[in-house]
Amino acid sequence: MTKLLEWLLGVSLVLAAWAVVSFDLLELRLPQSYREAAWPMPLYLLVSFGCYSLGTVGYRVATFNDCDEASAELLGQIQEAKQDLRKKGLKI
Amino acid sequence: MASRKASQPKRDSGDKYSILLPTYNERENLPLIVWLLVKYFGESGYNYEIIVIDDGSPDGTLEVAEQLQKIYGEDKILLRPRATKLGLGTAYIHGIKHATGNFVIIMDADLSHHPKFIPEFIKKQKEGDYDLVSGTRYQGNGGVYGWDLRRKLISRGANFLSQVLLRPGASDLTGSFRLYKKAVLESLVERCVSKGYVFQMEMIVRARQLNYTIGEVPISFVDRVYGESKLGGNEIVSFVKGLITLFATT
Repeated sequence: MTKLLEWLLGVSLVLAAWAVVSFDLLELRLPQSYREAAWPMPLYLLVSFGCYSLGTVGYRVATFNDCDEASAELLGQIQEAKQDLRKKGLKI
Repeated sequence: MASRKASQPKRDSGDKYSILLPTYNERENLPLIVWLLVKYFGESGYNYEIIVIDDGSPDGTLEVAEQLQKIYGEDKILLRPRATKLGLGTAYIHGIKHATGNFVIIMDADLSHHPKFIPEFIKKQKEGDYDLVSGTRYQGNGGVYGWDLRRKLISRGANFLSQVLLRPGASDLTGSFRLYKKAVLESLVERCVSKGYVFQMEMIVRARQLNYTIGEVPISFVDRVYGESKLGGNEIVSFVKGLITLFATT
């Protein structure tokens, strides 16, 4: 099964559950309060997922390591390499 | 020579590591990356070979590679040039054909990937007998150098989106610093059709599909010291297209 199908399946399951409760499709005679709580759920889910995404990406951008030492180490090694290669007879 | 070899740590596992270096106009960087590879493999004592696949660089990369071959020996530096610039995927296929190691390491020749991490890759691979070990900029001490806020935001955003849609079981999808069992790389390269950034992502996604095991090692990515690194609108559009294709087909 492709990821696309997995997603479609997941979304339709959630939507089906939501529709059953919100519109009482199976005539379960759910209390009115259940239906009222379920009705705006998809929007809440969407908004919270959006917030989670923004928060996660923002946190990860803020904590993305700047590898200053790695760059300094590399620059030092480049000088060392150039000297050594010249000694070994490399002509550039 | 013999006495120097004897003083190195013993590695009698029989494993050999072939490093594939696809190059195009890397005459500045190639000697440096080769020097670093020789240094770290020399220190760790693993058996290795470096395969330079130059795609007809007009700047004389191949001529520099020939000099390096004279310095370090034809058993260590192998030249397998091609006449014109062809894709990365075909460069790997071309390189694998000539590789004599049972493991293959792929990395960029532009010094953004530091050979000091290779011994860590090898250790990681042995730890779990992983089919592939991927360097990751997104975990542990991993990171980047030389990226501004915009670049970081795009990178993290694209990575998050890919993680949500594809759930690949690896944290760095577009990185190209990896160690593969040779047979694993062969079977993956055969199946992958994408270009550019998406190629590396497809390799990991297909690996998961085929139930290969993946180990990860944090790496620092130092953006090109010499030459320009690009991330324009075109790259972003083709990344999104590739992501959608993988989402719908894997």
